[in-house]
Amino acid sequence: MDFLIFKAPMLMVQASLDGILLGILFALIAYGMALQWGVMNIINIAQGDLVILGGYIAYTIYLWGIHPAWGVIISPIIMFFVGWGLYKLVINKVVDRDLFISILATFGIAIVFQQLMNFIFGADVVVAQSEYGTTMLFDNSVTLPNSKIFSAFISVLYAVALVIYMKKSRLGRAIRATAQNARAAKILGVDTEKVYAATFGINAALCGIAGALISITLTLHPYVGLPYTVRSFMIVIVAGLGNLPAVAVSGMGLGLFEEFADYILGTEFRIGAVFLLLVLILVYRRFKLSKKREYLK
Amino acid sequence: MKQKDLILYSSLIILGLAAPYLFSAFKVQLTYLCVLIVLAMTWNLQGGEMGYNTFGNILFYGLGMYLTASVQVGMFFPLAEWTESGGEKTFVHTTAQYFQGIGVGLLVSAIVPAIIAGAIGYAILGLRGHYFAICTLGLGIAAGEIAGGIEIIGAGQGFTTPPFPAEIVDAEARGKFFYFLSFALLVGTFVFVKYIYGSRFRLILNAIRDNEDKAEAMGIQTMKYKIVGWMCSAFFCGLAGGIMGGLIGYIDSTDVAFDGREMGVFMVLMAILGGKGTLWGPVIGATLFHFFKEGLWTLILGWQYVALGVLIVVIVVYFPEGLMGWLREKYPERFGEVIDEKDRKAQVELK
Repeated sequence: MDFLIFKAPMLMVQASLDGILLGILFALIAYGMALQWGVMNIINIAQGDLVILGGYIAYTIYLWGIHPAWGVIISPIIMFFVGWGLYKLVINKVVDRDLFISILATFGIAIVFQQLMNFIFGADVVVAQSEYGTTMLFDNSVTLPNSKIFSAFISVLYAVALVIYMKKSRLGRAIRATAQNARAAKILGVDTEKVYAATFGINAALCGIAGALISITLTLHPYVGLPYTVRSFMIVIVAGLGNLPAVAVSGMGLGLFEEFADYILGTEFRIGAVFLLLVLILVYRRFKLSKKREYLK
Repeated sequence: MKQKDLILYSSLIILGLAAPYLFSAFKVQLTYLCVLIVLAMTWNLQGGEMGYNTFGNILFYGLGMYLTASVQVGMFFPLAEWTESGGEKTFVHTTAQYFQGIGVGLLVSAIVPAIIAGAIGYAILGLRGHYFAICTLGLGIAAGEIAGGIEIIGAGQGFTTPPFPAEIVDAEARGKFFYFLSFALLVGTFVFVKYIYGSRFRLILNAIRDNEDKAEAMGIQTMKYKIVGWMCSAFFCGLAGGIMGGLIGYIDSTDVAFDGREMGVFMVLMAILGGKGTLWGPVIGATLFHFFKEGLWTLILGWQYVALGVLIVVIVVYFPEGLMGWLREKYPERFGEVIDEKDRKAQVELK
């Protein structure tokens, strides 16, 4: 335990800013998860691995000499088709079935993805240099990489664009109709199969954006996908399905929690703290609901 | 029927006792097989019988591993110095100390996980379905991450378990010792699970699986039985972990003990492959899986995890009822099910 953070208040400002900017990124991934959970009733354990794959796409174009920031446009386009293909290959067979089947099946996909990324990109920790520099605040006592500000800005931009798209476009309305009642939507002429594939594709594209942003703000490694899955799962169960402001707020809350846990408990317990928080949140909700003789559904 | 059972079981036990002599070179593999069967059978108590698909039994397995090794060392030497020096370099167990240590260690590694299962059971078993699955997944990984940060049990550099006493010169002794230990555990677990299968307890677990609300409405205190069921699993998982720790000789927090990516998935996969909710399913599933793994792993070196992932997807998507479920559909009479031909036809028409 290290209580340095309480002795130096500037560290607290640093942690808060870092946490909020990071949390916006988490919220973007969580929004994708909420989308496909709400529409298709699937929990995707491979969510984090899709994020990492998106990150590696941005890293690859960085290696080709293109600025990695272009990854936020290229990566989602590629990831959309990856998601579409994944749906046609596996996910369409688990859509109507027990949720545990989807958990296990996507767990299998996650293992395959991790291993393939390990083969293709190697087991080293990599990062794409954006060379955006840093902003110094409060007499140089708080440093803020510009890439983090950039990533938060892009996340918000894409989230707003997606919300507008879901409200206005034909496909967006079809997706929302399917989420409300798949059978009724089918009767009214919505091609639900296509809607599902598109939803999974959009989710993968969101993961691609988040991954591209992670490649310039944080680090990439083939095996760090699962924490992102758990983070987004956590945000979704706190915020509920399809409630974007709540997703954003709880994403930032999670980011804050992580940064403070990092300072107080030490970096080696950071991931452990995230997973433990998931358990605690679930247990808290369970006790709260059991007072009303209900349970988490 | 009774006599047939007797012949079956006695021949299996004789085979089990003779196996280390017959297949002398494969003692480690046979030990692994016994442990895998134990893990699959105990997982089946939750996932198959109770309908609570847990990824968290790895928690008890890892806990048992650390506890056995810690007790075995801590009984005679200071634990911190042992892990500090990276193991056996400073201290050497005598033969008597080694066996005393592992005996007490296994006892602790059975009881403590069971108590922990009981303690956290009330909170966690109140979750249902996928929330329970994800929660236990988080629990297992959190345990691994936290164990990797604790200095006294070796933190990130791992924990070397006491080596087999050097005074025993027989080179086969170590392998035989761990094999018979794990075989005894397997027999114990099988007898226990078989006893459960004939008892009211199993019916209650099945009632919880089929409809928990109705079971509660019938006056069953479901929470009590769920916790007891989990404690039984934890008891045997802890023992399995303790034996495995001694066999491997080295404990790493995320790659050996709380190894959610391997053991944690294997136990689910084996039970599903064999057929969950059956007595023999996990046994057959684990045996098949182990043969498949050991046979193919070396052929596709480097690609084994890809194969594992594909295998998970294929089994789960196309084969969710497992081998026993498939046999049951094919030969229902063999499972004591009578099919009313009229009723079956009526059902087909309804579809």
